[in-house]
Amino acid sequence: MPLARRRFDTLIIGAGGAGLNAALQLADSGLGVAVVSKVFPTRSHTVAAQGGVNAALANVLPDNWHWHMFDTVKGSDYLGDQDAIEFMCREAIPTVYELEHAGVPFSRLPDGRIYQRKFGGQSQNFGGEQAARTCAAADRTGHAILHALYQQNLRAKTHFFDEWFAINLLRDAEGVVLGALVIEIASGEPLIIEAKTTLLATGGCGQVFRTNSNAHINTGDGMAMALRIGVPLMDMEFFQFHPTGIAGKGMLISEGVRGEGGYLINKDGERFMDRYAPHARDLASRDVVSRSIMTEIKEGRGCGPRGDYMLLKVDHLGEEVVAKRLPGIRESSKIFAGVDPAHEPIPVFPTAHYSMGGIPTDRFGRVVVPERHGEETVPGLYAAGECACASVHGANRLGGNSLLDILVFGRLAGKDIREYVRENPYHRDLDDAVVQAAIAPLERWEQGGDGPGVAEVRAELQRTMEDHAGVFRTDEIMREGVDKLDALRDRLAAARLRDHSKAFNTARIQALELDNLYDVGRALAVSALHRQESRGAHSRPDYPERDDKQWMKHSLYFKAGDAMDYKPVRTKPLTVETFPPKPRVY
Amino acid sequence: MKFEIYRFHPEHDSKPRMQVYEVEIERGMMLRDALLAIQAKDETFTFRHSCGEGVCGSDGVNVNGVNMLACTTRVSDLKEPVQVRPLPGRPVIRDLVVDMSQFYKQYQSVDPWLQRNEPNPEREIRQSPEQRDKLDGLYECIMCACCSTSCPSFWWNPDKFLGPQALLTAARFVLDSRDQATEKRLDALEGPYKLFRCHTIMSCVEVCPKGLNPTRAIGHLKAMMLKDSV
Ligand SMILES: Cc1cc2nc3c(=O)[nH]c(=O)nc-3n(C[C@H](O)[C@H](O)[C@H](O)COP(=O)(O)OP(=O)(O)OC[C@H]3O[C@@H](n4cnc5c(N)ncnc54)[C@H](O)[C@@H]3O)c2cc1C
Ligand code: SF4
Ligand code: SF4
Ligand code: FES
Repeated sequence: MPLARRRFDTLIIGAGGAGLNAALQLADSGLGVAVVSKVFPTRSHTVAAQGGVNAALANVLPDNWHWHMFDTVKGSDYLGDQDAIEFMCREAIPTVYELEHAGVPFSRLPDGRIYQRKFGGQSQNFGGEQAARTCAAADRTGHAILHALYQQNLRAKTHFFDEWFAINLLRDAEGVVLGALVIEIASGEPLIIEAKTTLLATGGCGQVFRTNSNAHINTGDGMAMALRIGVPLMDMEFFQFHPTGIAGKGMLISEGVRGEGGYLINKDGERFMDRYAPHARDLASRDVVSRSIMTEIKEGRGCGPRGDYMLLKVDHLGEEVVAKRLPGIRESSKIFAGVDPAHEPIPVFPTAHYSMGGIPTDRFGRVVVPERHGEETVPGLYAAGECACASVHGANRLGGNSLLDILVFGRLAGKDIREYVRENPYHRDLDDAVVQAAIAPLERWEQGGDGPGVAEVRAELQRTMEDHAGVFRTDEIMREGVDKLDALRDRLAAARLRDHSKAFNTARIQALELDNLYDVGRALAVSALHRQESRGAHSRPDYPERDDKQWMKHSLYFKAGDAMDYKPVRTKPLTVETFPPKPRVY
Repeated sequence: MKFEIYRFHPEHDSKPRMQVYEVEIERGMMLRDALLAIQAKDETFTFRHSCGEGVCGSDGVNVNGVNMLACTTRVSDLKEPVQVRPLPGRPVIRDLVVDMSQFYKQYQSVDPWLQRNEPNPEREIRQSPEQRDKLDGLYECIMCACCSTSCPSFWWNPDKFLGPQALLTAARFVLDSRDQATEKRLDALEGPYKLFRCHTIMSCVEVCPKGLNPTRAIGHLKAMMLKDSV
């Protein structure tokens, strides 16, 4: 029986901040927009973002976009593309105002303007005093933004496919992307959505690691879908470990806590960041703080009976500040760590948090791939948000810059899609062969018989990644990791589903997600093994220095044959002078 | 620890049943962890969940008769055997998964977006901290439906009474100093059902995992409507 088909002008996969901001631009311009999300939109992981979104509004301390740009370039350890970064930092200001107009309940200053807090890696005047650039709705900024965007999309009458799962992209022989194969979770029925453009906004892949701050659904689906149609992933070795996850659990304690004046101590009660970053102290960049914690622990200054965590002290701020500015954190700490931060310090340990790498795009969200002379776009395909890499974060992302990234590039992608659809007003023919290729993963899991279960293989994968691609990486550790991934590939091929029923079969969804996790984990591990330097979040004791001569370039990983390619960093901004690489000290 | 879990599969079962599982409890284990442990042993068992930290609102379930989020509920606080059922009063799709469409429809029916007739300023719309404080206790709702599915008025009239969640949302906009559709919003709540079916039974307040107070929000709306009609 032929599969059911539906047609829309444009398809968006993902209903987090990136997908919803793109959808809003498009629906308001009268195009037929379909948004597919594997969970109800407000359950997307953007909802969990706590601290806030950066924009140089200068509401609290002097600021301007050029300083924001400097901090972002430096934070990226000079791997970020300076044209995209300039663009993002300029756009930040109107983007935040637009959000406020959309209804986001930002916290306020006495004069009625948006409240801004201090976050790590922020400075005034190109590396001077600490800046306050992060616009916050208490410590629930992501929730506030996601709900407001969903609400505006209801107004604009966006067409939602809630709890539908995208399996694969449809790409024809000429390389044009024609939509996607999706499945309705409730009924188990597949559907072909044909669209003139497809935007991937599927979010991050933190579930490749065992201890992480990410939701269960963050399995890198969009990244893996891109890999499977021959698109490479860029800079996947750069994965951020957030310094303050709840020890043993992984839930995030926002950097906003340190921005409000909280600080880390070791078992001797020493404020150890003074030694590692005398100037910025606890608000040094995340990679720096995570490594410092790991070093403290390795040298025997960890807290607790096993000496395996640090303490985050907040109580000196007083109960009122904690209640007003950090209510969500207080609630999480009570529930998951059993401590009230207004009275006791929180036990913390670095947790896998954020993927700097992803699907390579240009400034307009168009997916770009290397061609013989430079780059070309993949016609009909866009990507935005954490799954994408416009390369504004380079080797390390600054706190508050991800919400900014997803909103700015989601919005821009929406605008560019509008133009694309105007110039390409007709649907192209969709070949059966294209559909057949896309449906393969679904058919593969229909096989019966015995074999390892999905949960088991997934746990093995997460363990392997944690042990072999974590905060500190040596050649030996990583090689062993890739060997284990080779063995895991056979385990994955042998794995079987027990439950082949249709209705709300989450076991099937988890199996499809496992395929994606594997592909993305492998991209990460292989890219990491190749990069022989330490830069940003990629830290190699066997190559402790940054090597700008050889390695100031982006990695591109292709699924076919684990092939690696590289492309230069775009060091020329749009209107201002280049920030040349300098040693990165905080 | 002994768990009795509501099971129903539309393709195999003509009626639901309770299935018993033993789960080994670890320190600090949450109910969601226990449900995941059950799922690891029996992949035919399903429930919704995602963030694991009480912010996405996916995993509202009924535990020993009370609605709560699985991910923020410590198993050590529960009475054995732990009976876990789907949120009450909604059609069951499978196991603990219910059809939420009516709940979402009620939410949508209050036009839950900021409405203004004036053009927006170039910068932010100013709002004093005191005006902003009025939104605390309203905007944090995660749409878990624990409240509405424990409200007797919602059980009896799910298509006519809006339920605590939608009314809380209406109040969130009515009380936002930036919103300019107050009158329209209040008018839309007129009539014996949409709002006035609330008999202040307070079940909604008791179960809200975010500590919100829909009853108070409903009280605000009622008061404003009375003022409006004078
Ligand atoms: C705990 C936490 C706190 C954070 N705090 C901050 C902060 O304070 N400031 C900041 O700037 N950043 C923060 N971040 C990072 C930031 O929140 C995320 O990077 C960002 O929200 C990602 O948004 P997104 O739109 O790309 O994806 P998401 O919000 O993750 O949305 C992904 C969407 O894709 C859908 N999807 C995925 N796969 C499929 C599929 N196969 N089929 C159908 N749909 C699919 C999902 O259903 C979902 O709708 C935080 C992250 C975490 C984890
Ligand atoms: S107080 Fe009103 S809304 Fe809340 S449970 Fe009772 S009847 Fe329902
Ligand atoms: S008011 Fe509370 S219980 Fe009701 S949906 Fe919102 S968060 Fe859930
Ligand atoms: S899993 Fe998100 S609220 Fe429980």
